[in-house]
Amino acid sequence: METTADKKYKYGMVIDLDKCNGCGSCAVACAVENNVPPALEKMNKRNGLTWLNVSTVSSNEQFPKSESVFVPMFCQQCEKETPCMTVCPQNAVDVDPTTGIVGQIPQRCLGCRYCMTACPYHARYFNWWDPEWTEGMKQQLNPDVSPRMRGVVEKCNFCHGRLHAAKQKAASLGNREIDPLDYNPACVESCPNKAITFGDLNDGGTSVAQLAKSENTFRFLSRLGTEPKVYYHSEKKWVQEMAEKSMTRTHVANEPAKEEYHG
Amino acid sequence: MDKILIPRGLQRTSFGNFLMWILPWTAMLAVGVYAIYLCLAEGLFHTNMDNRFAFGIWIFLDLTVIALGAGAFFTGFLLYILRRKELKAVINSAVVIGLICYSGAVLVLAVDVGQPMRAWFTFWHPNVHSMLTEVTFCLTCYLIVLLIEYIPIVLKNRQLRQIPKFLVFEFQLHKLMPVFAGIGTFLSFFHQGSLGGLFGVLRGRPFAFREELGIWPSTFFLFVISAAAAGPSFIMLTTWLVEKITRKQLVKPEVYKFLGKVSGTMLIAYVLLKSIDTLFWINSTSPGNGFPAFEFYATQSFGTWILFTEIVFFGLLPALVLLNSRLRENRKILLGAGFLVCSGIMLNRFVMTIQTLALPTLPFDDFLTYSPSWEEVATFLFVVAYGMLLYSLTYRYSVIFPQERELSQMNGELSQQEFADGGSRRPFWQPKFVTDLLNKFVSTKL
Repeated sequence: METTADKKYKYGMVIDLDKCNGCGSCAVACAVENNVPPALEKMNKRNGLTWLNVSTVSSNEQFPKSESVFVPMFCQQCEKETPCMTVCPQNAVDVDPTTGIVGQIPQRCLGCRYCMTACPYHARYFNWWDPEWTEGMKQQLNPDVSPRMRGVVEKCNFCHGRLHAAKQKAASLGNREIDPLDYNPACVESCPNKAITFGDLNDGGTSVAQLAKSENTFRFLSRLGTEPKVYYHSEKKWVQEMAEKSMTRTHVANEPAKEEYHG
Repeated sequence: MDKILIPRGLQRTSFGNFLMWILPWTAMLAVGVYAIYLCLAEGLFHTNMDNRFAFGIWIFLDLTVIALGAGAFFTGFLLYILRRKELKAVINSAVVIGLICYSGAVLVLAVDVGQPMRAWFTFWHPNVHSMLTEVTFCLTCYLIVLLIEYIPIVLKNRQLRQIPKFLVFEFQLHKLMPVFAGIGTFLSFFHQGSLGGLFGVLRGRPFAFREELGIWPSTFFLFVISAAAAGPSFIMLTTWLVEKITRKQLVKPEVYKFLGKVSGTMLIAYVLLKSIDTLFWINSTSPGNGFPAFEFYATQSFGTWILFTEIVFFGLLPALVLLNSRLRENRKILLGAGFLVCSGIMLNRFVMTIQTLALPTLPFDDFLTYSPSWEEVATFLFVVAYGMLLYSLTYRYSVIFPQERELSQMNGELSQQEFADGGSRRPFWQPKFVTDLLNKFVSTKL
């Protein structure tokens, strides 16, 4: 099922892993922008809500050769045979044909979690608890994004609230198209090292389209054939090899990689 | 005190004994109700599932009980469509077990989903590409078919049989049974298959993903055939268990042998197809997705032994035993093989759910472990208790085994006094002095 065949835009990202220092500001900005509730004490890295999760991956070599990279992982916006969309029994996942963005409709979600099982990137999160904000934090909720309730799944949607705002601004100015400068997800804006580049992959003139086609740019699990629209870039050979390898091949050759939680 | 409800000419234990029997199951049911309340009222954080292990013991056991409950559709198909009259002796039991398994699975699913009140959305906004949509539609329809098939069993009750309209209704329903058996077979084919398809379509989980045959992945067909193999074996085991508990012969030996033969025939077909599927997956599908298949078995406790156990020890071995007419003559061997078949189905469903989710996909993922919380276990035990209670009540107040009366008379189990009393025997699990005490208590107080 080709989900973005007739669209005009194809929003995507390229993340430069060599620039990312793992500060986690993207994860914080994402949570604030999208009304992701703060973690409760009883939550852990496996049941908390983190639309954007930064993992630390080590080269597993001895000091001083040892190196590590930080891999921000979130919805990879699969274009082809979108695994979560095809399995949802009640069409609570949709792919916008005009933007290519994989969206989640929490109001329609049954909470069966089949989409979470289907996602190879573990980029979907279930509300195991009722969302809770302190009084002060409630005042800071983003009015453009609906908070989700207990028992539904949520995930990154390239900050759809910002896209809507950009569309409204364009309409108010009498334009049919949005100004690309008006639409950037929160993680892109917040990155102090400018490691994330966002834009229309269909427009060959954009930085993101050029970076996506550049050498040393790759996608995780590309052999699954789901055509994710989030790319990663690194000049380091071991990082490129790590991305190509499947699970235990990495672990067999080296020590098990450590994952760090930035919830 | 309930003698007027017990079918004529059938022997049942005393009411006191029956109360003692259902008491522990009722207690288990109550604990389950509390666990279900916690999950529904407070949230699924009471479970040990998480964002990575999004399916747990509930889905694994749901798949298992639905496969074991397949005896209902497959026995119905053989009896009403292929006219294998031998199975008339166990069809009622198969229907009751099917109803318990399916209704129990649906109940657990209602607790498992985060928003059970939105279950109807699947009918309102169905995604026709989703295997879960197919499962939901077929499961709902088949549960209705099972309820209709259960009605004639209820109407066999001594008091209900005195109402002429019910007799007419039961008679008319019996005439329609082949139609319901046909519908049940059609629906079961699709939902058993779709349950297999649930995992076979997971492109993002190369351990479970399988190539398509037509519009369905190969697991679709494997689940149908494996369920058809496990269903008769499970009926065989449950019938034996009921005979042991009631200390009575309920069906003739030929029925056991026929069920064993049916199970063995379906199982050998399954083992053959499963082997072909596994070889194709090892050599083509999995490496094509970037995952050499044997790496899945290099992790932690899930070694290749699990594959060998599933196909050879729980597959080929019982299939060969069940297909041998001489070995089928030996009741212990027959039941042992049936037990292996059911264990194999359980292992297969475990592999498809738990092993699939435990294995990493991203290069920097770790192997995951999961153990269910007490609420998850208690919720499932609720289904076990509910099943035991429904089966016990149906057995006591209706006729589940049509050959029971004939066999009781043949075996001389029923004395004239017992017949007049509606039967009152000491259950196998109860010491004699407890039985005497209970009978005394019931006769004086009740």
